[in-house]
Amino acid sequence: MDTTAVKEYTFKDFASDQEVRWCPGCDDYVILRAMQKALPEMGVKKENVVFISGIGCSSRFPYYMDTYGMHSIHGRAPAIATGAKLANSNLSVWVITGDGDSMAIGGNHFIHVLRRNVDLNVVLFNNEIYGLTKGQFSPTSLVGQKTKSSPYGNTQPPFSAGELAIGAQARFLARIGGNTPKEMSLMFIDAEKFKGTSLIEILQNCPIFNDGCYSKYTDKAVREDKQLFVEHGKPMIFGKERDKGLILNGLKLEVVTIGENGITQEDLLVHNAKEQDPTLHQMLVRLKYPLITGIIRSYDDVTLEERKNEQTEMVKANSPFIKTDDLFFSGETYEIK
Amino acid sequence: MIIDKPNTKQEVLEAVVVRFAGDSGDGMQLTGTQFSDTSAMFGNDVATFPNYPAEIRAPQGSLYGVSGFQVHIGSIEISTPGDNVDLLVAMNPAGLKTNLHAVKPGHTIIVDTDAFNKKNLEKAQYESNPLEDGSLENYRVIEVTMTSLTKEALKDVEGLDNKSILRSKNMFALGMVYWMYDRSTDYTIDFFNKKFKSKPQIIEANTKVLNAGYYFAETIELIPNAYTIAPAKMSPGTYRIIMGNTATAWGFLAAAEKTGLELFLGSYPITPASDILHELAKHKHFGVKTLQAEDEIAGITSAIGASFAGDLAITTTSGPGLALKGEALGLAMMIELPLVVVNVQRGGPSTGLPTKTEQSDLLQAMYGRNGESPVIVIAASTPGNCFNFAYEAAKLTLEHMTPVVLLSDGYIANGSAPWKIQTVDAMPDIKPNIIKQATENWHPYDRDEDTLARNWAIPGTPGLEHRVGGLEKDRVTGNVSYAPENHEYMTKIRAEKIKRVQNYIPDLTTEFADTGEVLVVGWGGTYGSLHSAVKQMHEEGYSNIGFAHFNYINPMPKNTEDVLSKFKKIIVCELNSGQFVKILKANFSGFDISQYNKIQGLPFGNNELIQKFKQLL
Ligand SMILES: Cc1ncc(C[n+]2csc(CCOP(=O)(O)OP(=O)(O)O)c2C)c(N)n1
Ligand code: SF4
Ligand SMILES: [Mg+2]
Repeated sequence: MDTTAVKEYTFKDFASDQEVRWCPGCDDYVILRAMQKALPEMGVKKENVVFISGIGCSSRFPYYMDTYGMHSIHGRAPAIATGAKLANSNLSVWVITGDGDSMAIGGNHFIHVLRRNVDLNVVLFNNEIYGLTKGQFSPTSLVGQKTKSSPYGNTQPPFSAGELAIGAQARFLARIGGNTPKEMSLMFIDAEKFKGTSLIEILQNCPIFNDGCYSKYTDKAVREDKQLFVEHGKPMIFGKERDKGLILNGLKLEVVTIGENGITQEDLLVHNAKEQDPTLHQMLVRLKYPLITGIIRSYDDVTLEERKNEQTEMVKANSPFIKTDDLFFSGETYEIK
Repeated sequence: MIIDKPNTKQEVLEAVVVRFAGDSGDGMQLTGTQFSDTSAMFGNDVATFPNYPAEIRAPQGSLYGVSGFQVHIGSIEISTPGDNVDLLVAMNPAGLKTNLHAVKPGHTIIVDTDAFNKKNLEKAQYESNPLEDGSLENYRVIEVTMTSLTKEALKDVEGLDNKSILRSKNMFALGMVYWMYDRSTDYTIDFFNKKFKSKPQIIEANTKVLNAGYYFAETIELIPNAYTIAPAKMSPGTYRIIMGNTATAWGFLAAAEKTGLELFLGSYPITPASDILHELAKHKHFGVKTLQAEDEIAGITSAIGASFAGDLAITTTSGPGLALKGEALGLAMMIELPLVVVNVQRGGPSTGLPTKTEQSDLLQAMYGRNGESPVIVIAASTPGNCFNFAYEAAKLTLEHMTPVVLLSDGYIANGSAPWKIQTVDAMPDIKPNIIKQATENWHPYDRDEDTLARNWAIPGTPGLEHRVGGLEKDRVTGNVSYAPENHEYMTKIRAEKIKRVQNYIPDLTTEFADTGEVLVVGWGGTYGSLHSAVKQMHEEGYSNIGFAHFNYINPMPKNTEDVLSKFKKIIVCELNSGQFVKILKANFSGFDISQYNKIQGLPFGNNELIQKFKQLL
């Protein structure tokens, strides 16, 4: 581990000299700024930070960060990041990906990075559309959604990123609206602190090709009524008046109003993000009203690097080989005179 | 039945080719390996060629379930596993049927007559029993009731089930062959003791059967001749028998140790490349990191990530896997990172012939990417020099900051030969182009004046934070650039960088003749076949024929044109329908270039080559 002191940074230290080229009003700007503000708070050295992206509007992100970075090829960033982290576990590795990048072309790498639990962070910009290629439906687009490649409406049912991730054994799963930068920054910091693969799904508005796709949840006027921001150890409560909450009724989550039918705050579910059993997390992810945001799951588990390191140490301790020559001359050799 | 007059006089031979053939369950690979290892220990030069079915458990007795292992041993230099067989051991009718064509007329076949029953004959599609119908008249057939004799030898060993008994009959055959070629059984008995340490009965059973076979051959005088093969004249040193894939893996181990970099392998299993992954997965004690990825794309991209973060990164695959890696290889080329892609070629196209050899991925390695994306392409040519070319691939990629494709093939990858052990100290230095400290006005695409290699700034280094990516970049700053002339400039510089590798690789050499009538040209794994054919021609008095073999394909050695110009005719021999010849013709005009090709999943045979070459003279 690198234990030397970390410099004091400001967000400017993480902004590169490249002109940012997203469309005006795109949530990607918000995410970029939230990341630049979060990094100085993480206690990591700038030279140890690596951003790796695939292809898409979102994947331009690394160019705008003054850190190490790679804008790679479509869908493959999780695999590249896995290699980088295995090469140097001191690095703080971030994957930047879109909904098409991660769940269409890169679906395989996306599920496997989660399964392996490599200690890195995946920031998923989910705008339910292909932005860069100018507006085709994506694996998260809704049935019926009219896009350039579905002029009569999309016929393919969508993935829910969170459900897919839990199916792939995600240990850390968070969701956040693209227009709430403060909470987003804090979430990035928590994700970095978490040991294992962290997935942060950002409900990102694309004002050009899918404007308003989340507005019924994320608009300022409705946000508090339509979203429940979960926090570990706190009751699941929401609403402008803080009078609504979630209880478990049989096998279903149910919205209740505090003060009605004898319900008190004590009756509400208390969020346990650290629970190993993902059943409740899965139910939360699926819920449409209220839409759950916040850190839904944060279960501590052994990482791939830890397993691999432990194995390497064990093998090293028991091996007769120090140098490759020891191997080359071992076993069945013979002399020619 | 007495086959021939007994004759106990020992005959001295220069070389002999033995092929063991039987059911996949008969242990032919093990038998062959034991025979070749024992012979190598004795001081013979050896070359081997396993030939096994693609099915893991093919139906017993079937023609397509036959597994073969050919061993060529000699007191002379041996460069191929040999064409024609002096001794065939056939454990069943299917083994006889599929291998008989290779046996030289008048030479010996040992069969297990117990296996020549009605059922097995039918499965091998024999209408009558070849042992009885006179169809083997031209051969010296030694009929042995091997199964019964094995059972007999083991009747006193307790606790053996029928299956284990039957399974050891290959050792009976091996014992006989040891006696025939005057080999000691010690090495193999030693092997049993190590391999079955915890199973004393198995050690006892195998040893008994091996000795039974040995004494059987000696005492009942059914064997017409016994032969000896003197030790070969090889350069002094410590040797071991090595398979091409193991040598490849070890070459990378050596390069990692030499540079102090950690070795990272990202790979997805595929025949015949998987053994490199298996081998490197064992060597965690050297800090080797292997990732069995979710697919070939993740295999190469994880390696790209590891390379970006400062490891010596490689990925290993075979044809279909290389196809999947194409886009990512283009990325590595574009971001100018070190990366070695090992492609152990097999028969294509598509799934093709997974367990057979071919050289048909050359054009894919050269051009199989979008855009203009040249990479270094080199090819190993013997099991042993897989070590050197793996090492060379690592050296070139680290010093020139561009991916290298290393081509091997099923033939040399699975073949084995004596390898004079090379120590890491004696290997050439490798100087990676790493930059450790920020300099004023530094840019990630600053280049070495001579090699044009960009400098390698590794994450974790303060002050060198930078971005790389697949988009075209400005020639100076490395930032994204769509400027027209810049793109042309960068395209040319990436090509020029590869061209300049010529200044760092050895010249092409010619063997047997420096000038003359015909130049035989080959590349990669066909070295042994071509070498021995041209050698034989010289022994027969054809002094007008030379041989040049390419290990460096992109770029080619500087003196290539010079070498070609010394001969009137050039014949390019390849196990494909003519890929290298295309490249050669595209680069050099005015030569009389013809080609000889074979696309049967098999290596070249000596006779076919010699016949062809004679036509040209
Ligand atoms: C191999 C490959 N196929 C297709 C493309 C074209 N392409 C680039 S981005 C993209 C979709 C991006 O959508 P998403 O991942 O949702 O990112 P967004 O632009 O919405 O941020 C596609 C299809 C490509 N660059 N590479
Ligand atoms: S197309 Fe959409 S996602 Fe892409 S930059 Fe423009 S607004 Fe943002
Ligand atoms: Mg998108």
